[in-house]
Amino acid sequence: MTNRHSATIAIYALLLVAALAAPLFLYPQFVMRAYCFALFACAFNLLLGYVGLLSFGHAAFFGFAAYVTGHTVKMWGLGPEAGILLGAASAAVLGLVFGGIAIRRQGIYFAMITLALAQMLYFFCLQAPFTHGEDGIQSIPRGYLFGVLDLNDSLTMYYFVLVVFILGFLVIQRTIHSPFGQILKAIRENEPRAVSLGYNTDRYKLQAFVISAALSGVAGGVFALTFQIATLNNVHWHLSGEVVLMTLLGGMGTVLGPVVGAFLVAAIQQYLAAYGAWVSIFQGIIFVACVLLFRRGIVGEIIHYTRPRTRAQKELEAAGVPVEGAAGQSV
Amino acid sequence: MIQSLLGIPPQVLFGQLMLGLINGAFYAMLSLGLALIFGMLNIINFAHGALYMMGAFAAYLLLENFGINYWLALIIAPIVVGAFGMIIERLMLKPLYKLDHLYGLLLTFGLALILEGVFRDLYGVSGIPYTVPPQLTGGWNLGFMFLPIYRGWVVIASLIICIATWLLIEKTKLGSYLRAATENPQLVQAFGINVPAMITLTYGLGVGLAAIAGVLAAPIYSVNPLMGSNLIIVVFAVVVIGGMGSILGSVVTGFMLGLVEGLTKVFYPEASSTVIFVIMAIVLLIKPAGLFGRAH
Repeated sequence: MTNRHSATIAIYALLLVAALAAPLFLYPQFVMRAYCFALFACAFNLLLGYVGLLSFGHAAFFGFAAYVTGHTVKMWGLGPEAGILLGAASAAVLGLVFGGIAIRRQGIYFAMITLALAQMLYFFCLQAPFTHGEDGIQSIPRGYLFGVLDLNDSLTMYYFVLVVFILGFLVIQRTIHSPFGQILKAIRENEPRAVSLGYNTDRYKLQAFVISAALSGVAGGVFALTFQIATLNNVHWHLSGEVVLMTLLGGMGTVLGPVVGAFLVAAIQQYLAAYGAWVSIFQGIIFVACVLLFRRGIVGEIIHYTRPRTRAQKELEAAGVPVEGAAGQSV
Repeated sequence: MIQSLLGIPPQVLFGQLMLGLINGAFYAMLSLGLALIFGMLNIINFAHGALYMMGAFAAYLLLENFGINYWLALIIAPIVVGAFGMIIERLMLKPLYKLDHLYGLLLTFGLALILEGVFRDLYGVSGIPYTVPPQLTGGWNLGFMFLPIYRGWVVIASLIICIATWLLIEKTKLGSYLRAATENPQLVQAFGINVPAMITLTYGLGVGLAAIAGVLAAPIYSVNPLMGSNLIIVVFAVVVIGGMGSILGSVVTGFMLGLVEGLTKVFYPEASSTVIFVIMAIVLLIKPAGLFGRAH
């Protein structure tokens, strides 16, 4: 185990160095976009991977927070940190309402309800005056962080986005590994049993939903500041599908999976953008391939094949018995 | 002769109600297919909207390439698209039955993206007009409103299709096998009935219904690669409101919600695109299992 533990630390150290040095090699706009998506996907994974709830309307929280951040920063003249916090707060309130309605049904209905509620919000944003309809909120000022740091400088902005992403990531880590997170996993594994143990599972599910919505809101707010625009694209069901794709591709229920998935999906968008409809064809193919061929996702499969196994487990596997409970907790 | 109802000219009111009824006809046919598929496969077919779009495109392509008219398309399109659906069921959905239902949703979502993307790449997003067949052009003046014949036909045709499907499921031997296999597939298989074939057939039937709806829709809305994706989300809400327990339930809910949407367009147009979602939220708060659903 110590071996494995130090390997984990080494991976994180390498990733941190890569993240700090990334602007030297990669286009900062691309990496910042990927960080926003990565935080969004990690927040989404908190629900799908750890509570087993598939929300098909998560763009509502991302996109609505982007609008709120954009509006408060541009029209009310708030600082970027206040704008992001207000965006996240509004996403949390929205999450409380949507979550409160959606958790009344389970499984597949939950997915359909969240999708429908998000579509309702989409039509609301299409008509509401403050979102400026098809135009969106444009030229949102980045402003000065805490009144001091000039975010118009692209490197400053880059490191700000990186810090927000890491903070969000740590919050999710803390949530997963807390007693609260253990209860969430218990609900995922066997909800009736969690109920019989005396847990009010609806309350835990709703809390997880609100946390996930709020963090998606942080991602949306940062996105609006980074690209200085908040549009209908951010509340569209397409983005809801993309965040599912990021999580599925990277590996749901793994810590780093959504991050890997987010970078890959962002790269697909970047490099296939010129081919129009091919972005969605390609994304569709990845969906189908993930479901049919590697349901654990990239990180999930790596963990599965590198995890330490006892001799008994190996013999079971050789005999063709599936061994469960392998979804990695350490990476 | 009524001059106005609550300050609304009757032509406007009945015109919108008619449009609502047409939307309701599509909701009914699509939610019926979704319910059939869900009952048998335990999969929510996210590709349903894309297959409906394919039905419309099949009608257009049959006319363009082979000169096959609307009436024949109404028969050929569902067969072709239904067969396509059955191939997909055999190749892709079959391995998923033992897994969590969510994988079926994810896979069919991916399929919807692929199908939509392919048609978008080939035909763009501007939409292609499909002319109303000559037998159904023109309209009747009913005194209180002008009724285009084609719109009346769509409502009647969809009612016939829904009732025929209901009869097939409830009154025929095949239907009774289907219902039995939905309840307990192992037992039915033990009686020597080929359940996997029934499953494939059910998927083909549901997809065929979507394709017929697509052909019916082609002359009203233009043939467009994106015509299915927004519709399917509304149909999901319809399915949540009605519950997927009963066939008649989904048909009634479909038509009813179409009418409500039409009325909203008359009295409060700003809410017409969201009213169904609001109703869904209210129903979930009052009766989470849906109007016709069974609590479990």
